[in-house]
Amino acid sequence: MSALEITALTLRIHGAEILRGVDLSLAAGRIQGLAGESGSGKTMTGLAVLGLLPAGSQVTGSISYGEQELLALPPRRRNDLRGAEIAMVFQDPSTSLHPMLSVGAQLTDHLRHHLKLDRAASRARAAELLGRVRIPDPAAALHRYPHQFSGGQRQRIAIAIALACSPKVLIADEPTTALDVTVQAGVLHLLRDLATEMGLAVLLITHDLGVMSAVADRVAVMRHGEVVENGDRLQVFTSPAHPYTASLLASLPGAAGGVRTLDDVRALRELS
Amino acid sequence: MTALLEVAGLRVVYRGRPPVRAVDGVDLRVGAGQVVGLVGESGCGKSTVARTICGLVKPAAGAVVFDGIPVTPLGLRRRPAALTRIQMVFQDPYASLHPRRRIGAQIGDGVRAATARGGETGPGAEPARGDGTGSGADTGRSGDTGLGAEPAWWLRRVGLEPDAARRYPHEFSGGQRQRIAIARALAARPDLLIGDEPISALDASTQAVVAALMRDLAVDSGAGLLFISHDLSVVRLIADRLIVMYRGRIVESGPAQVIWEDPQHPYTQSLLAAVPVPDGLGTMPAPPADDAHYPLDQVLR
Repeated sequence: MSALEITALTLRIHGAEILRGVDLSLAAGRIQGLAGESGSGKTMTGLAVLGLLPAGSQVTGSISYGEQELLALPPRRRNDLRGAEIAMVFQDPSTSLHPMLSVGAQLTDHLRHHLKLDRAASRARAAELLGRVRIPDPAAALHRYPHQFSGGQRQRIAIAIALACSPKVLIADEPTTALDVTVQAGVLHLLRDLATEMGLAVLLITHDLGVMSAVADRVAVMRHGEVVENGDRLQVFTSPAHPYTASLLASLPGAAGGVRTLDDVRALRELS
Repeated sequence: MTALLEVAGLRVVYRGRPPVRAVDGVDLRVGAGQVVGLVGESGCGKSTVARTICGLVKPAAGAVVFDGIPVTPLGLRRRPAALTRIQMVFQDPYASLHPRRRIGAQIGDGVRAATARGGETGPGAEPARGDGTGSGADTGRSGDTGLGAEPAWWLRRVGLEPDAARRYPHEFSGGQRQRIAIARALAARPDLLIGDEPISALDASTQAVVAALMRDLAVDSGAGLLFISHDLSVVRLIADRLIVMYRGRIVESGPAQVIWEDPQHPYTQSLLAAVPVPDGLGTMPAPPADDAHYPLDQVLR
């Protein structure tokens, strides 16, 4: 059963063709990876699901969430879903968190809006969420501000905010790209656990195939606004069906068939 | 043997309350034709080291000596011509290239820096010693006299079309821009090239290629390369030696392959264990222990 189904999604922004028919399916408890180079349309696919596309966007195709067709919903209904049932984590926690509002204020805002919780209940739930993403001393952390946390903690807080209303679908757009590898490892474990325990359907957008290989169950590869390959993780990494996927892997140190020595990289340069 | 670049007892403190000791006693050396990789997590002081070496940051203590000349912090005046033999490639090619000047003009800046030092000849096959005028340099790697005076020639060296010289930065992709930034740095005929996270803004598929390009171009011209990155899997491919920094100090240094295969310091071990491998097996990288404080004892090999 799929939690979210994207079919033949196309997107034009001011006449420029950004997406040319994207098909993806998210299942509960599974992490669907979406890889590709910058400009391939990964982020726009994520934003289309949330309905956060820039002005002048023309969308066709279908994004169905349960019984509902997201693209046909009136803005009010979409607002009800956004943040409550479909949530997003952005790349850079130092810009996605408000610097002048305490963590508690940012965490309780949509709890009170969507779930109509009162002050005490929302604070209790916020502290519980911070504990869930392993922020030390959650009750005290509510009174602190984003700059008082490290980058990894900030991204955990951003994830806690996304999870506040117990969404069914989480769009994570490059959630670890701004983080150090050591911190990244912790956040990846968190994402994996959340997907398993909460039955969250995750769309993990990243250009880092190492990250993809660690947590994604299925991997889709995008290029020029199209999904060129979508398959089981092991199959995509070990026997890619599309030549573009193979060329991506060939340029990576550590991948099957990837570069191993400096001479391999030099050979790659001769080809390109 | 004296190295091309000698950094001894470097300390850098940023003002504030409390003051931040970004670099706390770092010694390192880079030889001519040697590639040194500097790795560590963000905030460990690796960029500060790079910026101090080219005089952008004033050290609180310690010495930076480049080919016998102490590096002085950059002030309001133009830097001494001899110090243009240190060139830097910055992290973000979207910010480090001037958006409204043609590529050719920007690479021309580098060429002019080389000319101002005494001819476009630069250091020859044998690394220059001291005077920087590069005696007898027209033999050796570039071959033809004056070729390095043409931006187009440098563009070809980094694998771009020569007619790119007439275009503007926004017409290029991130990887291409970084090649342009490398061309500009190399056009100044540096004896020491510093790359401060030069590949982290690039797509994964171009990272290794650009890193290898930087290595080859630097080594071919007899220059030393200090390559800063947090991506260990790429650094170990191109570096001869590896230096691992943690909280402002060097915790481990040694031959790159040795450290990659057999890290001794607990911090290096956790750094290597956290690198996700794109093998498709779903192996989770090991997360660091919460609030881990690793010992600051050095492992030098």
